[in-house]
Amino acid sequence: MRIFSLFLSFNNQKQKKVPRRKQPRKIVEPPRFMGFEPNGFHGKKPVEEVDLLYEEYEAIKLADYDGMSHQQACVLMGISRPTFARIYESARQKIAKALVEVRSIRSVYGNVCMENNWFKCSRCHNRFTLTGRQSAAECPICKSTNIETLHSNNQN
Amino acid sequence: MKTIITSTENNLEAQMDLRFGRCAWFCLYDHDAGQTEFIENEFKDARGGAGTKVAELMLTLGADRIISGDFGPKAKEMMDKFNIQLIKMDGDHKTIKEIIALFK
Repeated sequence: MRIFSLFLSFNNQKQKKVPRRKQPRKIVEPPRFMGFEPNGFHGKKPVEEVDLLYEEYEAIKLADYDGMSHQQACVLMGISRPTFARIYESARQKIAKALVEVRSIRSVYGNVCMENNWFKCSRCHNRFTLTGRQSAAECPICKSTNIETLHSNNQN
Repeated sequence: MKTIITSTENNLEAQMDLRFGRCAWFCLYDHDAGQTEFIENEFKDARGGAGTKVAELMLTLGADRIISGDFGPKAKEMMDKFNIQLIKMDGDHKTIKEIIALFK
């Protein structure tokens, strides 16, 4: 009986474990492209694309393009340095995979928030914010994905 | 999902109110039920802090996104914190009915 109850309590403990929610990563601007296609490749095209998340693009931009250290970059993105390093590593792996396996890259929304930023839909010209709840960066009114960033200092 | 549109009157033919905190009515559109409900803004003539109070009201109403003409900085900050999407529309004399038809 005791063994059985022990087993039950163990089982209950196991069920209670819920993965920790991911901290939203702050990014300054979403990538200005929808994706990249390999050029001049005549073989059979691999069907699967590589999904590069916005935060991964941001990590590559901060660390490699802007030449920041991981310590500086993680503060900007509002995450810890190890988390930044993991995102950065995954971004490099994805880009390397795309290059070597001749896959196209698609930019995907991921788990990000764009602080204080308003977006403007290029089609219906409405302005809106994006929160962590939206699965994709699209206009809430006309569902167009053709949106541009308005920085908080030049709105109004 | 629930969308709130700021309205000048309590019917579907009314125009959208361009102010958020001091609009006259709120039109709550329930996407699942396809029904609209009008709620009067009791903070319309509040002396101060209308934006914050109305933002709190939005939370209790369980809104997922809000459509208005403009939002003040305090309301914006609060809505960002609670993951409520804000949409600014230009006031080209659209009625509530027309706006609902846009995203329905």
